[in-house]
Amino acid sequence: MASSIRVRAILNGDTAEVQTLIQHPMDTGLVKDAKGELIPAHYIQQLTFTHKDKTVFLADWGTAVSKDPYVKFAFKGAAKGDELKVSWVDNKGATDSLTATIQ
Amino acid sequence: MTASFGPLANRRLILKGAGLVALIGLGNAVLHASPAFAATNDNKYPEDAFRQKNAGDAIKALYGRDHEASDKIKLDAPEIAENGGVVPVAVTTTLPNVTSIAFIVAENPSALAASYRIPEGTVPAVANRLKMAKTSNVIALVESGGKLYSATKEVKVTVGGCGG
Repeated sequence: MASSIRVRAILNGDTAEVQTLIQHPMDTGLVKDAKGELIPAHYIQQLTFTHKDKTVFLADWGTAVSKDPYVKFAFKGAAKGDELKVSWVDNKGATDSLTATIQ
Repeated sequence: MTASFGPLANRRLILKGAGLVALIGLGNAVLHASPAFAATNDNKYPEDAFRQKNAGDAIKALYGRDHEASDKIKLDAPEIAENGGVVPVAVTTTLPNVTSIAFIVAENPSALAASYRIPEGTVPAVANRLKMAKTSNVIALVESGGKLYSATKEVKVTVGGCGG
């Protein structure tokens, strides 16, 4: 199965600009389905970016983050070809991860 | 070898004791401990802060301190959001020693939307997309040098993003 994570990390000097898109419903638990039944909350709680064993960015998310979340940040001290590991865990305990190469 | 068992056993006992005390003091001990934990560098998910309904309580649960407005924070959000389900919100700041950035949507069912830890070496700027139930103030919080600063902008929402 294809990964739920898409990452683009581009180097600018020694700063890596990281853009990430994740496929996830991010259900709030407040919306009803066609039958009028509440769709249970289902959302990513933590998204972690690791570069050379160091956490360079950690997101704590609630239900107000949009469906198929997008996030952009940048960190220093990166080099071309370095690996950047991205992983998430949601409120149901599901996880996914991906290792991207900094371009 | 035997000597090292003593302190270890003691440590176990003390830990057990602490666990008991925490259990006995349940509500109080756990609730009051969370702001202190949020300020440290552990990676615990701030469950309590995300559960708060209004902005003030969420900020208190997440940071445990007051914030003041700062013109060194640039909060980028649309004047009018036609689709409250996807509102692009970004923040950049020139404040030094930033350790975290958080986004609050004051009128949402739960005010805290997202909180980002910014380790040393990471640029203090974040862009993301948030859901907004209705027209509301969006508050960007920036923790800098142990103090908390904010920038606020009202976003008008024509179609709500939290369904119902």
